[in-house]
Amino acid sequence: MSSALECHNARKVFYVKRERKNGSILSRLFARLIPKYKMVEAVDRLTFHVEPGEIFGILGPNGSGKSTLIRLISTLLLPDEGCITVFGHDVVKERFQVRKLINRVSVDAAFFKGLSAMENLSYTARLYDLDKGAWQDTAADILERLGLKTDKLHEPLEDLSRGMQQKIAVARALLTRPLLLLLDEPTTGLDPVSKKEVQDFVLEERALRGTTVVLTTHDMQEADRLCDRIAIIDYGRFVAMDTPGGLKSQVSPNGEDVTLEEVFFALTGKRLKDNGKPENGDVR
Amino acid sequence: MVLVLEINKELRRSYALVERNFNLIKRYLGWEVVFMVYTVVNTLTIAFIGLSPDGSGQDKVLYLVVGALLWGFLSVLFHEVAESVQWERWEGTIEYSFMAPMRRLTYLGGVCLFAAAYGAIRTVIVMFAVVGIFNLDLSSANLLSGLIVLLLSSLSFIGVGLMAATLPLMSAEKGSQAAHILEAAILLVSGVYYDVSVLPAWMQNLSLISPATYTLRAARAALLRGASLHDIRSELLILLATGVILIPLGLLVFNRAELYAMRTGKLKRSG
Ligand SMILES: Nc1ncnc2c1ncn2[C@@H]1O[C@H](COP(=O)(O)OP(=O)(O)OP(=O)(O)O)[C@@H](O)[C@H]1O
Ligand SMILES: [Mg+2]
Repeated sequence: MSSALECHNARKVFYVKRERKNGSILSRLFARLIPKYKMVEAVDRLTFHVEPGEIFGILGPNGSGKSTLIRLISTLLLPDEGCITVFGHDVVKERFQVRKLINRVSVDAAFFKGLSAMENLSYTARLYDLDKGAWQDTAADILERLGLKTDKLHEPLEDLSRGMQQKIAVARALLTRPLLLLLDEPTTGLDPVSKKEVQDFVLEERALRGTTVVLTTHDMQEADRLCDRIAIIDYGRFVAMDTPGGLKSQVSPNGEDVTLEEVFFALTGKRLKDNGKPENGDVR
Repeated sequence: MVLVLEINKELRRSYALVERNFNLIKRYLGWEVVFMVYTVVNTLTIAFIGLSPDGSGQDKVLYLVVGALLWGFLSVLFHEVAESVQWERWEGTIEYSFMAPMRRLTYLGGVCLFAAAYGAIRTVIVMFAVVGIFNLDLSSANLLSGLIVLLLSSLSFIGVGLMAATLPLMSAEKGSQAAHILEAAILLVSGVYYDVSVLPAWMQNLSLISPATYTLRAARAALLRGASLHDIRSELLILLATGVILIPLGLLVFNRAELYAMRTGKLKRSG
């Protein structure tokens, strides 16, 4: 069977306004000589593939390109170069087909916060043209498995806790029965209990329906627990890609016990110490 | 047959937007009532101007009321369509809505459908309030002509609104500002409360390119003087042409602008 997700040399560049500091006249004059926009290589020619039913993790420091990659896959950004396919459908040329197969949970629960959970889900059901009777049963089932109390479902979402909102975001994504689920930091900001509930749910969903998952996270334990394979991304490039165990043994070849956190620092830490990205983002 | 079924299906799906927006109105019903009261009062204050001793009484009141009602309807229509993208961006849902397997045509159709329904409901409420207070005499009005004017001008305003809706896709902040300026300009030059002949010459030239000018002229002819469809055919033709040209053009431009936003990362950046 073909891959669930195939990414070949995908590249995304942004042009962002350069910050101009108010320095001396001389330095301001000098600043006029350099271009107003600088280039940020958010995703730098990535090649990888994800098998059906796999949970693929992406770890990386802030601004390393995780969300950009997720957006490229979810047809929200056009790649500048390269080719991405979801179950054989090109994300640019067959956008419409791909959209039927995927759903995404973003860091910020993107809801109409004045509306209740049920009203938001109803909007989803209409957007995705789900069968009216069926979606309500599916929703009830998902919400129950996520441990959401039904009495909260008719309150405006802005009155719900962040954890509840995020669970509803997960429920909303699964309501459309996606073959490929894109989770962009789904558990950031959740307490340990809610975190575990969401993680359990992802595992259960995969076991039950064979859903393929691409997950970004800053939580090393989460990655260790959920992912079959993990890619570590830095400056838009994968610096390593392996199973959690494989990554650990890369860092400690003589077999001592290391955590994924140590792996992360070993592979990206050197640069982290220089305080993130170099100023001259143009040339790398 | 297949086409009819297909259109029916898309219409049903576009109802997603209608239902969503009416749910939001329900949620903020208190504000809705406040705005409604404000609009009614605003229309009344304008209508009372017509009763000033130097005015010509009932006719002048009707002249002003027609202007206020039409402008109320058209500006709601324009606003809802033009601000739809900006509003979803502000709410943070734009990526979610745009990622759904729904044709953009269907999405925008839903936006327009809601705008028309919402504008019509508001206008009818204001109309009843005004008619109740002023005892307006509509015996010489040609209501059919009036209705057709309303329908055709809706088309052209949806077209203008669609063009304006693309602006926020190209520039998050400035786009929405530009839409407001455009609306203000239309209000100024289209003769909503006065005849365009009182305007300075350069503004009169501008009034020629505003669809609202033709709407108001035709609506007044129909409602004040009982003009038949035949009498106002040139205005109707202009309104129809504006709609027929601007709606497809608006959709085309919208698609282009969306691709531009997807290329440059302007849909949304945080996260
Ligand atoms: N829409 C955009 N316009 C301009 N620059 C962008 C845009 N989106 C991302 N970037 C830039 O691209 C780089 C990668 O950003 P991205 O959001 O993908 O990182 P991330 O790994 O998701 O970070 P975080 O962990 O903070 O979520 C950053 O330098 C960011 O500023
Ligand atoms: Mg991110």
